[in-house]
Amino acid sequence: MAIIDQNHIRNFCIIAHIDHGKSTLADRIIEKTGTLTSREMQSQVLDNMELERERGITIKAQAVRIVYNAKNGEEYVFNLIDTPGHVDFNYEVSRSLAACDGAILVVDAAQGVEAQTLANVYLALDHDLDVMPVINKIDLPSADPDRVIEEIEDVIGIEAHDAPLISAKTGINIEEVLEQIVTKIPAPAGDKSAPLQALVFDSLYDSYKGVIVFCRIKEGTVRKGTEIQMMATGARAEVVEVGYFGAGQFIPSDELDAGMVGYITASLKNVKDTRVGDTVTEAARPCAEPLPGYKKVNPMVYCGLYPADGAKYPDIRDALEKLQLNDAALQFEAETSIALGFGFRCGFLGLLHLEIVQERLEREYNLDLVTTAPGVIYKVYKTNGEMLELTNPSNLPDPAEIEYMEEPMVSAEIMVTTEFIGQIMTLCQERRGQYEGTDYIETTRALLKYKLPLNEIIYDFFDALKSRSRGYASFDYELLGYEKADLVKLDILLNKEEVDALSFIVHASTAYERGRKMCEKLKKEIPRQLFEIPIQAAIGSKVIARETVRAMRKDVLAKCYGGDISRKRKLLEKQKEGKKRMRQIGNVEIPQKAFMSVLKLDDE
Amino acid sequence: MTNRINHPNLQLYLHIPFCVRKCAYCDFLSEPADAAEIDHYVQAMIGEIRSYQKQYAEYEVSTVFLGGGTPSILTEVQIAGVFSALYETFHIIPDAEISIEMNPGTVTKEKLLAYKSAGINRLSIGLQSANDEELKLLGRIHTMQDFLDTYELARSVGFENVNVDLISAIPGQTSGSWLRTLKTVTDLNPEHISAYSLIVEEGTLFYEKYGSDGQYADHEGTSRLPGEEEERIIYKDTLKFLTKLGYQRYEISNYAKPGYECQHNRGYWQRKNYLGIGVGAASLIENQRFGHITNRDAYIEFVNENQYDKLIEEKEDVSHQAQMEEFMFLGLRETKGISRENFRILFQKDIVDVYGRVLQTLQEEKLIEMQDDIIRLTEYGIDISNYVLSQFLL
Repeated sequence: MAIIDQNHIRNFCIIAHIDHGKSTLADRIIEKTGTLTSREMQSQVLDNMELERERGITIKAQAVRIVYNAKNGEEYVFNLIDTPGHVDFNYEVSRSLAACDGAILVVDAAQGVEAQTLANVYLALDHDLDVMPVINKIDLPSADPDRVIEEIEDVIGIEAHDAPLISAKTGINIEEVLEQIVTKIPAPAGDKSAPLQALVFDSLYDSYKGVIVFCRIKEGTVRKGTEIQMMATGARAEVVEVGYFGAGQFIPSDELDAGMVGYITASLKNVKDTRVGDTVTEAARPCAEPLPGYKKVNPMVYCGLYPADGAKYPDIRDALEKLQLNDAALQFEAETSIALGFGFRCGFLGLLHLEIVQERLEREYNLDLVTTAPGVIYKVYKTNGEMLELTNPSNLPDPAEIEYMEEPMVSAEIMVTTEFIGQIMTLCQERRGQYEGTDYIETTRALLKYKLPLNEIIYDFFDALKSRSRGYASFDYELLGYEKADLVKLDILLNKEEVDALSFIVHASTAYERGRKMCEKLKKEIPRQLFEIPIQAAIGSKVIARETVRAMRKDVLAKCYGGDISRKRKLLEKQKEGKKRMRQIGNVEIPQKAFMSVLKLDDE
Repeated sequence: MTNRINHPNLQLYLHIPFCVRKCAYCDFLSEPADAAEIDHYVQAMIGEIRSYQKQYAEYEVSTVFLGGGTPSILTEVQIAGVFSALYETFHIIPDAEISIEMNPGTVTKEKLLAYKSAGINRLSIGLQSANDEELKLLGRIHTMQDFLDTYELARSVGFENVNVDLISAIPGQTSGSWLRTLKTVTDLNPEHISAYSLIVEEGTLFYEKYGSDGQYADHEGTSRLPGEEEERIIYKDTLKFLTKLGYQRYEISNYAKPGYECQHNRGYWQRKNYLGIGVGAASLIENQRFGHITNRDAYIEFVNENQYDKLIEEKEDVSHQAQMEEFMFLGLRETKGISRENFRILFQKDIVDVYGRVLQTLQEEKLIEMQDDIIRLTEYGIDISNYVLSQFLL
């Protein structure tokens, strides 16, 4: 293919609230541009991982290069960069946006503007992207495109009267989207002969090619043999191959020059060397300064991951190391629990990230895990002037040594229909939220603004939000920083013995409530045993709640039907199997899922 | 010993999958059907019986058990047909125990006489409760008076070995009403009493109503399942009450006057050979277990086409290890316990080499007791026998 001049390149992404049809539109664009035949189309081409397709979410940024023959008779190259949609991956989103020149905003014709729509638009505008709205799902009976167009213009303040009205599902009006990409999204700029300056927006580890760096060339040119340097990490390597993204495959090319989106492979062994947001330059002729905005992403949520079978400890380490090759945000270090034995304290971007890693370990690596309750990082200021970043509640120093503690806060925006405002405000208050204001989007919908402690929303906030608004509320947040808080460590004692893996940090004002619910929950989870088991919640030496699992009483099989011993055996085997899935702590047996039970404490 | 080699022992179980109406607690393979359907099934069963002519020629049958469902739903003619097939096919020993399960209200004097002439010598009557309110709640088709009539009729015809089935811990029951049931029944002096404690099984009406743990018991208009303490009292009362009257508990839920223990059921615990005839029936023959298909239409079709091998599903050889496990978890159901010497003879191993740790733990937990050659469940071990027995799975 002849070298395309910059005027015929369009680099863009698609942004949307979850389920508004981002991935479906991406599929349709790829299909209509003819890079894939209908037969090759697997639903949602860009969501590669099995998990992504199943959950309908995008976890890793992906990119694809497609060719479009426009109605003006000219041929255009589109680089479509798919971005993760979840708040956990906000930083990746922001880097993907920085690689684009424009964004297609997909809005559901029935649901209209949602919390993530706003958050994503603001993010795009922050990166000086031209935002081109598209109204999707117009085939729905409840679609009301006129109202939604008005909403986009009023609430977001971008022009939407000529937004294509489409159905990505059925393919209506996709051509209009393609034409508008040509007319509305600007061509890239940049000087091919300037020193190399390229933005890393993702990377992945391939066992054959090594690390594959996804980048947008802002200035200069890169080709095979170029000695490159990562400006933030300092890593250097020689380029082995450059190329662009076919649908689901890498297509090598001679060079990548300013304005293009593509990949570089070089003799880099670890994705840690190629952090998202870093700038790639030429070692011999570096650019004057790196592209703005690089930051090291730090985990926000920590939990303990333990093998259900202690002998599998090395397997978990191997699996975590392999996952980390592709997921620089995942952190882990070895730890030991009295209750659970050897395991790892792992750091994640958020609860979704945690769940994804956990599921991948279980599915792809066939590991049976015990997960402890996730927590955030607390800052513990000690009387001796030291500051400790606490990721494991068990490591909390003696209260006498603590001057004060701080917890991370977020600024949250919740979009909700007005009828549920009361319930949602109650929920936020229960979670120690500080009300900061309400914006009315239209007469029936409002955007509530709250400042909330992160540890109150990592548990089951999202579920509670959904259940209290019959699924209508949407939610987005960003980290604000740390604030002083009256925090205590809540310990759980089973049969008078403290179970370290069940300890968690909680605000003093909610400690009693949480302790009580925790005991009730554990009472339900722990099966009766031969003796009575007291379950106690305690702060220090003070017991604040108590429940009792009574001793096993009756457990007799009913009539044995016509000598059907197999049925009886199956019953006994089930009983024995249940016992195997238990953890022995002292002389008490605890089902593995009990360690996660602290999560779901909402009443509803 | 020579006897066993020349004429190995066999027990027969015949399954009658019919009843007048499904009871609220019942999860057995049984349902109402019309007379023609029942007859098709009985004829097929007779066909199956006759197919065994050669296969079991060497065996001596020591017990026959007609279970269900409600076997007493069969007519005199059908009973006669089944039994002539049995006698013509199997060598049934003269003093064999031959039982039939029956429900009050489904038998007449003629039927009872037909049982007698068929050689049936043990009746198992499903009463469940002597309280009409409780009977209604259980979904039973009969009243206490129906039972008294049936019982009296059975005695007058000359049946001398009668079992009465009872269920305790049913919704709305108190220890008082249970004791009245026990008193009323024992006043009649049956030779055998089965007293099961209600278990709410999945797929029953009760399950929908009460859930597996009785957690829905607070719904309006439903009687509560007895609470745990109440149930425990009921359970202990049963043992005390029946023991005082000369009944011995020989198995977890079975009581009998000396010499009237149900030989057929004991055969299950002692891993004797038994052949199951009819839909869903289970068999154990020379350490091979197999079960019949549960679809009645398919059963009838296969028998009529002489495709007897298609009746069988889930066939498996019981491995050496599984035999040891069964020996333990079945044998321990009998209150007399199991014999270490028997274990050694059967498996050429000392029981301690196989189960040493389990036995020690259970003994420390006071769930079993060991005395010379005998190992048996304690009172507490019987209470939670599922837990104890599951420990013997290797």
